[in-house]
Amino acid sequence: MTVDQIVQLIQSAVQFGTVIMFGAIGEILTEKSGNLNLGVPGIMYLGGIAGLAASFFYEFNNPAPSGLVCLVISFLAAFAASALGGLLYSFLTITLRANQNVTGLTLTIFGGGVANFFGGTLNSMAGGVGQISVATTSAVYRASIHSVTDFGLVGRLLLNYGFMVYLAIVLAVVLQLFLNRTRMGLNLRAVGENPATADAAGINVARNKYLATCVGAGISGLGGLYYTMDYIKGTWANDGTIESLGWLAVALVIFATWRSVNAIWGSYLFGLLFWVYLIIPGLGRRDTYLFNMLPYLVTIAVLIFVSLRNKKENQPPASLGLAYFREER
Amino acid sequence: MTQVKSKEPLLRIAKRDAIPRPKAWAIRIIAVLLSLVVSGVFIFAVTKLNPIAVYQGIFDGAFGTPRRSWVTIREAMMLLCIGVGLAPAFKMRFWNIGAEGQILIGGIVTAGFMRAFGGDIPTPALLVIMAVVSLLAGAAWGMVPATFKAFWNTNETLFTLMMNYVAIQLTSYFVALWENPVGSNTVGVINQQTRDGWFPAIFGQEYGLNVLLVMLLTVGMFLYLRYSKQGYEISVVGDSENTARYAGINVKKVTIRTMAISGAICGLAGFIAVAGASHTISTSTAGGRGFTAIIVAWLAQFNTFVMILISFLLVFLQQGAIRIASLYNLNDYASNIITGIILFFILGSEFFINYRVILRGGKEGGKK
Repeated sequence: MTVDQIVQLIQSAVQFGTVIMFGAIGEILTEKSGNLNLGVPGIMYLGGIAGLAASFFYEFNNPAPSGLVCLVISFLAAFAASALGGLLYSFLTITLRANQNVTGLTLTIFGGGVANFFGGTLNSMAGGVGQISVATTSAVYRASIHSVTDFGLVGRLLLNYGFMVYLAIVLAVVLQLFLNRTRMGLNLRAVGENPATADAAGINVARNKYLATCVGAGISGLGGLYYTMDYIKGTWANDGTIESLGWLAVALVIFATWRSVNAIWGSYLFGLLFWVYLIIPGLGRRDTYLFNMLPYLVTIAVLIFVSLRNKKENQPPASLGLAYFREER
Repeated sequence: MTQVKSKEPLLRIAKRDAIPRPKAWAIRIIAVLLSLVVSGVFIFAVTKLNPIAVYQGIFDGAFGTPRRSWVTIREAMMLLCIGVGLAPAFKMRFWNIGAEGQILIGGIVTAGFMRAFGGDIPTPALLVIMAVVSLLAGAAWGMVPATFKAFWNTNETLFTLMMNYVAIQLTSYFVALWENPVGSNTVGVINQQTRDGWFPAIFGQEYGLNVLLVMLLTVGMFLYLRYSKQGYEISVVGDSENTARYAGINVKKVTIRTMAISGAICGLAGFIAVAGASHTISTSTAGGRGFTAIIVAWLAQFNTFVMILISFLLVFLQQGAIRIASLYNLNDYASNIITGIILFFILGSEFFINYRVILRGGKEGGKK
């Protein structure tokens, strides 16, 4: 086990963690409003494919694409597409009061279908090797702040990532402050804990739920964008990885006990657990699958632990998963 | 009422007391038709085909040849089997999202026994043994989250969801362990020459046994939920745990027992998938059916006969979409998009069955 190996492990863990951190931050915002959106994998799919498609068409039609434009359109497309997914979910669960679990699962099937369908189409449109690649956009996402040699080991560990790694951390902190230090955040939490009381206090329950779910979905979708642009370097593969990462993001919400700052170290820990087999010598390929179970097993352990301790501040929002209808008492 | 009319919102929503059954079904059928129109528009936008031709293509893909019809039936039976397995859990308001994992565990043990004992034990006996072990494996996989739910109220939605991924990684592990030929990363068709441990053809049909087994389960589950004491206990626990406790029902016992049944049937679905259909094991043995079946079970409101209808509708469209995709060089994921669209519409339609939308100044505005 050399220093290089450890550095590589940590870098892989951070990149892996960033994908699910976005997913989890968005889902925390959503769940705080009382909506358990199991559509996170679908939303991450939508974000990933929308960002990729937008930059693909831009790069495809422009001989000399500008990096900034690539960045802006792919970012906006990803956010918008995921937020639309959230809007669909919100409309069905909030306005039409459909069951949240079922709607979320449907959104996952739908989002995965859309993304893999168009991803496959883009791959064949790209011609040649049948593999889409958006080199310019991906380069923007992967540009690190410094060149690797600048700061030695510290630089390699802390500064050697694309900007979205830092954006995720900033978002996690901002969300924590928003939820706990602002009136809007307080209102939102009230809606998630007890919508009837919030309603009586004059808070617009539906608007809070809609906003939190759509913005949350947009943030979750950025995880998909980071995955396609940085993690797999501006390509597309129909291998279902985003779906399994999406469920891991849902797991991370529990692991973080609905506190977004916990999601920061939690996501990196998940990444470490996922990649730890890299530094264990003498593992066969099949053993790596057993190691890949670790993040899920740890989440189950946390779930059990939280329910055993039964501490008030670690519980999910009280009305999580329930539709609110004013006339129902 | 008229004096407050200025403050009345444009749209008002009220809960319906009860809706006559034909009307409820009319609403659902309209929703399905609308979803088919939207799907048709989607396919048209992508393929530029005449939508009528598209639906002909879908029908051809699902029932065009006897072979395709049987694949459609086989797939519908799989989905139905899982839906039937989920029914008791959902009726108890226990969110078993873990069918995917329970299927895989049942599939793994089936494949394991098939590889190990194929040829040593005659096929009929082997089939019985495999069925039993897959039932046990599925039951065990389902009882873990149920036990924690019963004793410590651990959130079952998230617990069962995580168990899926544990099962998927386990499957990958066994696929790598049993891979054949080495390096292919698949198990290959088990006992391809000897057909040991495969479902025999009955009534001259390759998938006859699949249909028979699943139909027995469907009828059995319907009777169990509606007419047995245990079925009654399940519905009481589902409606109100406090009532159940007051009535002297042991909620913990019912929770664990019901999830054992639910997991066992999903495990059996894994057995049917491996021994009765694919004769191999891979992570796609479950292939998302565990999730789709949740929606089937929910939409059917736990009535297993309604599940037959919904399973066939979904599989019909999936098989059709796969056919369209291969004809026009698209990929199979088109079927997931169509499934999603249809489910969104059916989910949305439930609102119009349970609630009324009242327009401002409408006939009910002043009547009340």
